[in-house]
Amino acid sequence: MSLAHNFPFFTILLCLLAGVVTSVLKPRAAKYLTLLVSLVVLVLSAATLVLTLRLESSYSFMMGHFPAPWGNEIRIGRLEALMATGFSAVLFITLVAGLYHMPMFVSQKKFSLYCIMVDLALASVLVMLYTNDLFTAYVFIEIITIASCALVIVRQNGHTLVAATRYLIMNLLASGLVLLGIAMLYGITGHLLMEPLQEAVREIYQTGNYAQPLTVVIALITVGLAIKSALFPFHAWAPDTYAFGPPMSSAILSGIISKAYIFLLIKFFYRVIGFDIIRQSHIDDFLFYCGVAGMIMGSVMAISQRDIRRMVAYSSVAQIGYVYMGLGMASMAGVAAALFQMLAHSAAKSLLFLSTHELVSVSGNHKRFHSLHGAGYRNVAAGIVFTVSAMSMVGIPFTGGFIAKLYLASAAIPLGGGMRVLVLVALAVSTLLNAVYFLHTVVSIYRRPAEDVLYPPAHHIPRYVVAALFVSMLMTVYLGIGSGPIMRVIESGLKMFA
Amino acid sequence: MLQALYENIEQTVAVILFGIGFVILLLQRNLIRKIIGLNIMSTATYLFLASMGYIHGRKAPIVVDGVTQAIHYINPVPTGLVLTGIVVSVSFTGMMLALTVRLYRRYRTLDIDQIALMARQEEVE
Repeated sequence: MSLAHNFPFFTILLCLLAGVVTSVLKPRAAKYLTLLVSLVVLVLSAATLVLTLRLESSYSFMMGHFPAPWGNEIRIGRLEALMATGFSAVLFITLVAGLYHMPMFVSQKKFSLYCIMVDLALASVLVMLYTNDLFTAYVFIEIITIASCALVIVRQNGHTLVAATRYLIMNLLASGLVLLGIAMLYGITGHLLMEPLQEAVREIYQTGNYAQPLTVVIALITVGLAIKSALFPFHAWAPDTYAFGPPMSSAILSGIISKAYIFLLIKFFYRVIGFDIIRQSHIDDFLFYCGVAGMIMGSVMAISQRDIRRMVAYSSVAQIGYVYMGLGMASMAGVAAALFQMLAHSAAKSLLFLSTHELVSVSGNHKRFHSLHGAGYRNVAAGIVFTVSAMSMVGIPFTGGFIAKLYLASAAIPLGGGMRVLVLVALAVSTLLNAVYFLHTVVSIYRRPAEDVLYPPAHHIPRYVVAALFVSMLMTVYLGIGSGPIMRVIESGLKMFA
Repeated sequence: MLQALYENIEQTVAVILFGIGFVILLLQRNLIRKIIGLNIMSTATYLFLASMGYIHGRKAPIVVDGVTQAIHYINPVPTGLVLTGIVVSVSFTGMMLALTVRLYRRYRTLDIDQIALMARQEEVE
């Protein structure tokens, strides 16, 4: 085992250590440490990706010196490494572009605490990507819930408090369901580690004992994780949380954390239960229809918003719908498309939240559309970035969103008649709806403002922020142009994954 | 069916308690009651786990008098899970209580619907 095999473990440990150390640091030092840690995690994850591309299969890493049933284990493959690289890249760029305006929302005294929460969130995301143990996954689900709630409530106003309380309550309900599911699964199989679990589940399935408890377990865990990632009928907490939290927290929450739950769900389907049993339980159909409903309803609700940040938040609900639709197709191509959509949405959504904040702040902090007229001229960089990421959301060619939709559509072709038609129609309708509200916003930020309105003098935006936003924008465009290699990694990774 | 429920009386009770806690957390408007519901819900899960690990007639897995064969002891894993779960639910209770205190200081009520209404009016003004 070479040094590079240890990198995923290092990334997790590094984030946790940084969280501990940050608690005694001054705000300025805390800020730089958090930036440094996310950069190091990005580099190490990229190195892991390169390593796994050379390996033929994924490998398990023993934590501590105890073998699997006693010690803890993480498992690393191409897919995990790719996702870790993507998410840490998005996080790093979000931090660079977002940290400078955090003093508007967090008092100087509490800034270090905010940085701790970012570190812990990153650590939990990494653990959820790599872990091979269901109970470890549960513990880190809880840690990420606390961290993300804290990321939201740093902003001290009534709306944010109410939104955060709602968020916490919904997440607690979901955690309860997941925990009960895991307890039941442990009860019928006697394992928590994923490989022995899968063997035991197969045995149970073949003998036909405990068929009903198994279905209940699948339902509990799926619904729990669906609530946490804001799938359509369970999305009620999402729009307020995203709209009233600090923009950087919304970017992290919507761009990274909600995806980590979905990745865990994919892991649960592939590695714990097995996809053939999932198909038998018909939970994939449930996710499929919820996803389709979310794509349409999320966009419809986004259209009816008059506040730009709520609109962006509702579009998250629609985009998560795409991911679940791909997942619900229960085919290799569908899941691969869903994973690609996760990456594309992650890159574009964080940009969207950050550039929205810039546009709003040059318009006197008014979030209504009519006061945003001309914002694209007052802050040129944010205008361009918003336009490109909105194009990715709509699915204009040469952006990540277009390719994701293309893969989703082509994954639907081999499906049976009704489902295929439904996917294609839903994709067409939701693209149209997306175009309605995003292009309307783009047009309104480039509209000439009324002459008698006085805007506050544009505040200075540091150059590195503009640079970070543009790098991230290039990432979105790259996902649209150079999607071939990434898709090949996802597909070969999925084969390793099972 | 009833026979099976009776034989697994602990698990049956645990699931019923879980349901009660879940509904309280979801539907009660009073924040303190919600927190109590959260605790009922998580305690029910611990009962479920602990009763699963218990094997009738055996002892807690603490080595006394040099007895080391596993056959004399109950399964220690669920007990470990319960401990982890307790830590988690304590921290969540703390977090919820902190949020409740903040909301109460601001709005002088514990009713989440009223609070949401007042927050909305704040924005309009």
